[in-house]
Amino acid sequence: MDSLNTYLFIAAILFSLGLFGVITRRNGVAVLMGIELILNSANLNFLAFAKYGGMNMSGHIFALFVIIMAAAEAAVALAIIINIYNNFRTINVDDVRGLRQ
Amino acid sequence: MTGNMIMDYSLVILFLPLAAFVIQIFIGKRLPRQGDWVATGAVLATLVLSIAMFTSMLIGHDPHFAQEASFTWLDMGAFKIELGFLVDNITITMLVVVALISSMTHIFSIKYMAGDIRYSRYYAYLGLFTFSMNGIVLANNLISMYMFWELVGVSSYLLIGHWFEKDSAADAAKKAFLTNRVGDIGFFIGIMLIFSTLGTFTFSEIFDSIAAGKMGGTLLTFAGVGLFLGAMGKSSQFPLHIWLPDAMEGPTPVSALMHAATMVAAGVYLCVRLFPLFTPDALLVIAYVGGFTALFAATIAITQNDIKKVLAYSTVSQLGYMILAVGTGAYIAGFFHLVTHAMFKACLFYGSGSVIHAMHHALHKKHDHDTDPQDMRNMGGFKDKMPITYWAMLISTLAISGVPFFSGFLSKDAILAGTLSFATHHPAHFLLPVFGFGAAAITAFYMFRLIFMTFHGKPQMAELYDDIHESPKEMTFPLILLSTLSVFIFYTLPYFNPISDHGWFTELVVAADAAVPGNPSAHYIAEGVHHAHYPAMALSLLVAALGIFLSWTMYFKKKLSADEWAGKLKPMYSLSLNKYFFDENYNRFLYQPLLKLSSLVAHIDWDLYDKYFINGFGRVTKIFSFFTGRMDYDGLDQTIVDGIGRSARNAGGVLKFLQTGRLQNYLLFALLGVVVIVLVQSF
Amino acid sequence: MMIDATFWFIVLLTLGSALMVVMNEKLLYSAIALLFTLFGVAALYVFLWADFLAGVQVVIYVGGILVLIIFGIMLTNRITSVNISHTSVQRGIGGFAVLGVLVVLGLMILNTPWHQVEYIEPAQTTATIGTLLMMEYLLPFEVASLLLLAALIGAAMLSRRAE
Repeated sequence: MDSLNTYLFIAAILFSLGLFGVITRRNGVAVLMGIELILNSANLNFLAFAKYGGMNMSGHIFALFVIIMAAAEAAVALAIIINIYNNFRTINVDDVRGLRQ
Repeated sequence: MTGNMIMDYSLVILFLPLAAFVIQIFIGKRLPRQGDWVATGAVLATLVLSIAMFTSMLIGHDPHFAQEASFTWLDMGAFKIELGFLVDNITITMLVVVALISSMTHIFSIKYMAGDIRYSRYYAYLGLFTFSMNGIVLANNLISMYMFWELVGVSSYLLIGHWFEKDSAADAAKKAFLTNRVGDIGFFIGIMLIFSTLGTFTFSEIFDSIAAGKMGGTLLTFAGVGLFLGAMGKSSQFPLHIWLPDAMEGPTPVSALMHAATMVAAGVYLCVRLFPLFTPDALLVIAYVGGFTALFAATIAITQNDIKKVLAYSTVSQLGYMILAVGTGAYIAGFFHLVTHAMFKACLFYGSGSVIHAMHHALHKKHDHDTDPQDMRNMGGFKDKMPITYWAMLISTLAISGVPFFSGFLSKDAILAGTLSFATHHPAHFLLPVFGFGAAAITAFYMFRLIFMTFHGKPQMAELYDDIHESPKEMTFPLILLSTLSVFIFYTLPYFNPISDHGWFTELVVAADAAVPGNPSAHYIAEGVHHAHYPAMALSLLVAALGIFLSWTMYFKKKLSADEWAGKLKPMYSLSLNKYFFDENYNRFLYQPLLKLSSLVAHIDWDLYDKYFINGFGRVTKIFSFFTGRMDYDGLDQTIVDGIGRSARNAGGVLKFLQTGRLQNYLLFALLGVVVIVLVQSF
Repeated sequence: MMIDATFWFIVLLTLGSALMVVMNEKLLYSAIALLFTLFGVAALYVFLWADFLAGVQVVIYVGGILVLIIFGIMLTNRITSVNISHTSVQRGIGGFAVLGVLVVLGLMILNTPWHQVEYIEPAQTTATIGTLLMMEYLLPFEVASLLLLAALIGAAMLSRRAE
């Protein structure tokens, strides 16, 4: 039963869950985890299309680059989060609003 | 004199005193001598004009002369009211009388009222009175007569109450006016009865309508009696006589003018004018009222000690005579007596004024403020000190007592002949001549009593006697003039018969036929009077002699003691002295219950109706408006109007939470928006 | 058949772990769940005949990013309490919105006529990817390396101790 739609559905569900995590969680790291889920779902999509949708190897390349970018982003994000923790003593996304007027 | 000139003269005579009144009222105080020359000048001018009219009347010698001029006062389509003037021989004679007595009053007052605190206002009111009286005389219809009637009443009120600081004067003025009003109610009912039946107010039209039979019987009798009620009030007949003696509170010249000669004569004048419309029943009422008043007032006058009160009751009695004459049909005799009475009564009043003036001065010199200067018991023996006054009063007294060679004899005689003739034709009414002759006897008695007590005998207050002196010429001039006019000759010209009244008067002033169908004609009445003339003359001479003799015995020779007789007839004396307790009984049976009733009504209206009803309405309105206000303010304003504002604020208050400042919230909203849009688009 | 069962088991594992990631209150549990999710996704890559990428996924994602995340968790919380828990907010409305998104996506997937082509399995995926990287996608490859350099420098700068 692995048709294109199956993988697309799975990716959709993963995407939704990731979105849910992003908008719901208060902890910054948890938000980051949600973002990772989203990225993964995107990757799944790419590869599904690579196999069934006529993208062939381009899909793979895309997915590779996504992973690279995700890594870079995760590194920087965590660096920021640690900085925030050092300054504010909390990484509750609600509490870090010094820019708010 | 052409008709137009007569009307013009009449207008001037009417309005000149009014002009004097207006001037005096507004700027009188500031004029030199407080403007008495304005008023006196105006009245003397009217005298000149009326004498001119009189002369023309004598020259024209037309007994049926009559001039009428009307104008429309009110035109309402359905009915019209026309007012106007009527000038005939009666009018002209009356105008002369009014002008003459009024001028004499003005002249007399110059010295009598000298130094008075309201001198200019006094003259103003005199002018108002003269205007009103002339209005009555010149009227040709009931409405304008009624208007001037009331005006005369107002002038009387103002003048009687001239010294209103005195309670007695203020009360007397009120009494006069109110008693007159009572009579005027009847007057007005009479006018309205006639108007509603005949639709007109003008005399000539009324008489023509009655002659044509449009009104008659009981209705006309009632109308006649109603109109006569007005005359009763104005001419002070029983039972509305109570105001005239009290009116003596006013200044003596006023008493002379109004309450002797002119105003009270207005009632008689009314009866003379309206004679044609009286039915036999109405005439009977008139005759009995007049006759009874004549006798009744005379019986009071014999015991009075105040000189003016004697003259007042005498006036009431003489007016009764005139009314009696109207009632018996000899109404021209009544009018004749009106004219002669005006002359000698005014003269008597002026004389009493002169005496009182002298008494005042003497008492003032002695600083005596308690003795009554008007009480005859304080006088006596003044004839040597005040000769002019004495002789003038003596002549007038002779006239009023009906002594031949004087004017009063002629007029009284005519009246008494009329009563005799009436009684001869209607034997049931024998009382009328009894009233007439009885009053004549008593009149002679008390008038000579006055003369003897004041001018003869020993002075009762010797300390005053030295200071008594004759009055100044402004006061003695009217006395001389009027006493002269009380001699017979001025009325019988161009004839010289002292015992016949045949003269210019009887030739020019003729009776009109009655308009009521079935009444005796003027000719018939005149015939009857003529037949009764000599018997009446004999009888009147007899009773006059009787009265004078009794008075002479009692007061001059002092053969009979007045006090002794007073003691013997104590109850009658007391009744007479206290004027039959009329005022007291009226007070007890009329005024007090009426006052109580009115205070009860006032209580109902004020305390009950106003307080509960009206205030209740107010309170209900207040409560109602309170609720409406609540509805409007709290309900409408607060809830709806403010509510809109508040809900907007609340919405804002809610919506502000959207701006949380949190990223995740914004993300959520964006998501929701995308979902909604996509779903909406696809469906 | 076996393949199907395995496939579905792996799918279930992945989705269940993903659910745990977002729902669990304890952060560390979420991290471990994320581990399982990533592994599951890698297995799904294999099913999609992307073997190289499956390896890359495991190595970089699990070995690198997840470790970083766990480092992050440890460094930003008080370790003394094992019970590192944080509540989440707006779950109700968020769940509703997400469900909406899911519905939209689902409908979109179902209703779009995808262009489906038969897939020819390549001989070696790794060699192909390598060749492509050096030939057609050289620019993105260089840019990616620049990106990584930037990320490296940036992260290093950010985590400097404040003097």
